[in-house]
Amino acid sequence: MNPVALIDAGGANLGSVRYALERLGVTPRIVRDADGLRDARRVILPGVGAAPPAMALLRERGLVDAVRTLEVPLLGICLGMQLLFEASDEGDVECLGLLPGRVQKMQASDGIRVPHMGWNALEPMRTSTLLDGIATGAQAYFVHGYAAPVTEDCIAACTHGQRFAAAVQRGRIYGAQFHPERSAAVGAHLLSNFMAVSAK
Amino acid sequence: MLSRRIIPCLDVRDGRVVKGVRFRDHVDMGDIVELALRYRNAGADELVFYDITASPQGRSVDRGWVERVARVLDIPFCVAGGIRSVEDARGVLNAGADKISINTPALEQPALIGEIAEAFGVQCVVIGIDSLRDEDGEWRVRSHTGDPDKTKALSRRTLDWVVEAQQRGAGEIVLNCMASDGVRDGYDLAQLHAVRAVCAVPLVASGGAGAPEHFAAVFREADVDAALAASVFHSGAIAIPELKRYLQGQGIEVRDVD
Repeated sequence: MNPVALIDAGGANLGSVRYALERLGVTPRIVRDADGLRDARRVILPGVGAAPPAMALLRERGLVDAVRTLEVPLLGICLGMQLLFEASDEGDVECLGLLPGRVQKMQASDGIRVPHMGWNALEPMRTSTLLDGIATGAQAYFVHGYAAPVTEDCIAACTHGQRFAAAVQRGRIYGAQFHPERSAAVGAHLLSNFMAVSAK
Repeated sequence: MLSRRIIPCLDVRDGRVVKGVRFRDHVDMGDIVELALRYRNAGADELVFYDITASPQGRSVDRGWVERVARVLDIPFCVAGGIRSVEDARGVLNAGADKISINTPALEQPALIGEIAEAFGVQCVVIGIDSLRDEDGEWRVRSHTGDPDKTKALSRRTLDWVVEAQQRGAGEIVLNCMASDGVRDGYDLAQLHAVRAVCAVPLVASGGAGAPEHFAAVFREADVDAALAASVFHSGAIAIPELKRYLQGQGIEVRDVD
């Protein structure tokens, strides 16, 4: 049995996510095709970069339908979370459609720089196992220029000029816009919480 | 609200952390992984590792220590030094670095900025700029600064280069003001303020930190996103937890130490 399948979606943070899991005592299997997902008990979709090449790579590797039809907990990280939504303005690309909503470009304004880069506070929206033990106002590390809207799936928001979804959950589908692998104790907490969620 | 970042910079030479004054006379400061973890535990928000001899020696950064750091560190880190191709960048990013910082090679082949941004996203492309005010009052860029004997003064104006780097795909700018580097008299507020005015991406101040007041001043007066320092942290002259408490007391948003 494969405890955690870590999908290689071409993002440069694959190694960092693997190391973060290893620090928690979890050895993930790096997966590059649908076969690799078959016996996975949990799946993580990390991602850094742009939505169109990431979706193209998932499609090329036969992973789009495999991820859409998973029955186990799935965690999207950063771009990986954005891919869970219906579509992204980045390259006007269709995404996985596991969560309703469209990812949009963040707007720069006076004092608001894009990309949103750095540590920012999490604003809890509702309780979720994913955020157990993470205090209100705890900070996480973000690096992104596009963001998902605050919908009913949003479990924590964040504000940078606009308010956007920092973490999401809909059933067994989870996502974090920030980088848990680079968010010190807060990030380790989130990853170990994900290791404890059940598939129901 | 986005926190202002405190970034210790670790200059790396032959796999050890070193520190010089005005880029000269390097002294051994300790093991890379040990220092990285010490700063993480003290509340550093990010780390920058400069392989200061890679560029002058014409070689790429050593990926061995990048991977050693990536395995243990759970805050972001940036690696600089001798990255002169998309493949060099890929090697360092795949070894676990979150960002790569390019300085001399970006000046020699500006198209490299766009190529790396295209391949990995603008968020990981940091452009490091070493800048000095010339006798005519203009700030201009220096290259090959890792070795004082090879450092070159360029005709390129710093402000022009900041604009061009962003157009080409820089996701962050680190401005090192060479005249104030290592002197501990404070950041070059005038230069940083001028660069801020033309810099729409995150801007990191470097060179001159000597007291907690200097950090407060650079955040308040130059509106930089992050402040980088080396010797004051390595020597223990400034402890990051106390620095952050001081900044919070000044009403400046910083992340709590875990």
